[in-house]
Amino acid sequence: MIGEGWKKVSVVSAHAALIGGLIEACREAIAANADHLSELDRAIGDGDHGTNMRRGLEAVYAERNRLVQLPLPKALEETGLTLVMSVGGAAGPLYGTLLIEIGRQLAGANGQIDFARALEHAIDAVARRGRASPGDKTLLDVLYPVHAEVVRRAGLAGISRQAERAASLTLGMKAMRGRAAFLGDRSVGHVDPGAKSCSLLTAAICRFLEEQCPA
Amino acid sequence: MSGMNSKSANVGIVIVSHSPLVAQGTADMVRQMVGDCVPLAWSGGNAEGGLGTHAAGILAAIERAWSDAGIAVFVDLGGAETNSEMAIEMLGEPRSGRVIICNAPLVEGAVMAAAEASGGAALARVVATAEELSP
Repeated sequence: MIGEGWKKVSVVSAHAALIGGLIEACREAIAANADHLSELDRAIGDGDHGTNMRRGLEAVYAERNRLVQLPLPKALEETGLTLVMSVGGAAGPLYGTLLIEIGRQLAGANGQIDFARALEHAIDAVARRGRASPGDKTLLDVLYPVHAEVVRRAGLAGISRQAERAASLTLGMKAMRGRAAFLGDRSVGHVDPGAKSCSLLTAAICRFLEEQCPA
Repeated sequence: MSGMNSKSANVGIVIVSHSPLVAQGTADMVRQMVGDCVPLAWSGGNAEGGLGTHAAGILAAIERAWSDAGIAVFVDLGGAETNSEMAIEMLGEPRSGRVIICNAPLVEGAVMAAAEASGGAALARVVATAEELSP
């Protein structure tokens, strides 16, 4: 009995450590790159992507003690809501929708849906929310390639590399959505800040998971 | 707040801008046109008062202007629309079905919609009047 009890405690605390660690890793990645993200945004947008994202991740970090107590799907959904309420700009609703939808997909269907399917549904929801398609120079240009890597069961390092490569490919794209679209051809030659933050977060998550469960 | 809701059967107007000054100024112009007979609220700027938009502020504005006849929302640039959509979803059904984001210029749209709403027009009519301004 005592053994069972301890097992439960250790599973619960491992879960909390996982969610807490992911929050911390994402927060650090954004904090370390906030100025760079705003700089990218100044070139083709309104220059606030870094500060907006940092505000959002700080809000999530402030709620971490509550979030780590929740089952993963609920934790994702609540994190998404926190981002919606705190980030502002278009990034808040877009990242928020991503996490809220992954959470809802995982929670629905009695947990019968795998992560890749849940991710796909969620990315489609982000595309609808932003009325954007792949190639429009948005965070979708990182999310879809990341999803493709997840589907083909690439390793964490591979997913991370692909995210980085995908973000850098937005350099050559012409923006079709958001403030950057007003610049037309002049948006070419700049990396999309949303794609960049998406690749930074993906890399941070992959790195953390790799440290937790080395291959 | 509930005083206004029960008093007015008219459609409400919500103004969303990246700039608090633009949002408030637009609301002032609407007030000048229709006085207090149309429920009206605005949300401008990000959570810290700088330029930007945020869903929580927009949600609060919709609550302040709430009318059972519905709400017409006017937005300026991209994020204002995306955050407004998010705020409407968070409002939940059935009320979310009675809030429409107008595809119209912010100032002209809000003033014309308010004039229409002050005459007791239904939400669809108020929205259509504002959207006639769009090419």
